[in-house]
Amino acid sequence: MRPQIGSARAVAAPLILGIGALLIWQLTVMALDIKPFVLPSPVSIFTQFIDNVPTVWAASVVTGTNALIGLIVGGIVGVVSAVIAALLPIIDELSAGLVAALSVIPIVALAPVLYTMFGAAEETARQIVAAIAVFVPVYLNSLRGLRQVRPVHRDLMRATAATPWQATRVVTLPTATPFVFTGLRIASSLAVISALIAEYFGGPVGGLGKSITSAASSSNYALAWAYVLGSIILGLLFYSATLALEKLASRHRPSA
Amino acid sequence: MTDQTTTPGAGAASGAASDAVSITGVSRVFTGRRGESTVTALDGIDLTVSPGEFVSLIGPSGCGKSTLLRLIADLDQPTAGEIRIFGKTAKKARLDQEYGIAFQQAGLLPWRSVAANIELPLQLHGMAAAGRKARTAELLELVGLGDFGSKYPDQLSGGMQQRVAIARALAESPNLLLMDEPFGALDEMTRERMQNELVRICGETQAAVVFVTHSIPEAVFLSNRVVVMSPRPGRIQGILPVALGSSGQRGEGLREADGFFDAVSEVRELLHGAPAEAGARGVENR
Repeated sequence: MRPQIGSARAVAAPLILGIGALLIWQLTVMALDIKPFVLPSPVSIFTQFIDNVPTVWAASVVTGTNALIGLIVGGIVGVVSAVIAALLPIIDELSAGLVAALSVIPIVALAPVLYTMFGAAEETARQIVAAIAVFVPVYLNSLRGLRQVRPVHRDLMRATAATPWQATRVVTLPTATPFVFTGLRIASSLAVISALIAEYFGGPVGGLGKSITSAASSSNYALAWAYVLGSIILGLLFYSATLALEKLASRHRPSA
Repeated sequence: MTDQTTTPGAGAASGAASDAVSITGVSRVFTGRRGESTVTALDGIDLTVSPGEFVSLIGPSGCGKSTLLRLIADLDQPTAGEIRIFGKTAKKARLDQEYGIAFQQAGLLPWRSVAANIELPLQLHGMAAAGRKARTAELLELVGLGDFGSKYPDQLSGGMQQRVAIARALAESPNLLLMDEPFGALDEMTRERMQNELVRICGETQAAVVFVTHSIPEAVFLSNRVVVMSPRPGRIQGILPVALGSSGQRGEGLREADGFFDAVSEVRELLHGAPAEAGARGVENR
């Protein structure tokens, strides 16, 4: 019984805090008569959100699709590159600087350049931005995971005369899997954020980022916040899905 | 796997091809960085293991017993000397899967079920799924884990994990079994039960065994011969034949037998390098 009480408390505590914060927000806006362009009240944001569920949903689908494509492409490229780098140390040494550079540059800043390259009417630029943002954490975590093979497993592979590819498939990749999914979990929020911010720099309308800016520029601040709420939900959705995958991938591991 | 091996237990017939393991003049020197601080782990080792024979390597830490086992398994190469397994080089024997090996850590793959762990060597060597399933069921029965095939390693006790590792080592019915302190991490009760199991399994499989241990009673209980090693540099101090009967005759009662205590004392004397005086061996002769 105790663990259930514990988990109920674990859910209830942040919920109460959240409701309390919203309540204070609402009361502050009402009491101080704060103008909507400064800060709309939670009730008006939520009303806008409910009234515009179809449009928020449509915008989320556009941004979500870009983020998902970026997550999948960046994830695959990240894992494959990490496998190659783990097998060929020279590649790792050559690419270390490039990866460090990629992790330092603000990737969304590439968006305007990519719009010119791929055409402003295409979603491609946003997907590429998301993919590059995803690549870095997935690559770094996967590479770390690929180096966690226990000596006893390495001996076992040698003793059973496994080929390098068999050893990679049977021991190295499964050892790295929880690390790959940790990378994907970190990358999932980055994918949504990057895809969304990339919309600010141009490209077709319809996504959450464009909707936020256009609602704000037409002075519909509560609606802009409703789109922000939509982006938060989208980000949480990506995060929870990858967190669930991570848990699933590491269910029989004592650690990691 | 190959037909050049003789039938197990066929006496100490001469000729390198008929020996399970034949080690001549083997040394292993570990060189530190830039050639400084070289450590001679093994020096001038000569040892022959007959088919079906159970040989234990015993000695204090640093005597090179694990290194010797790794050399036999071709997980490491000797600096000098030659190792032959059923007449083949160690490398050829490894590639031909002439031996099965169990380590001090069970070394199971935690993401695979018990059955999938046992069938791993069979799978790697391309055995069909149906054959693997039948063989795995057989091995699970052999190590007394019939109902545990679908469990995962983290759901098993240490002793059970070690049994799975032994089953995996036996998967391809090797004629040689290499074991590196497989019961080292187990408690004394589990350990003795595992030793009884191992004696039974060896009786059934007729494989030759090279068994590394630092427990004297364990070595005596299990072995046909006990190889006592001394450290720095690792050398063979002496080889003691233990005539306690075939595996079928080694039961729980053997642990109480006089012959058992005598052999334990003799191994102890060899280990400590003391002369075999009558007065020095009073401890076990109650």
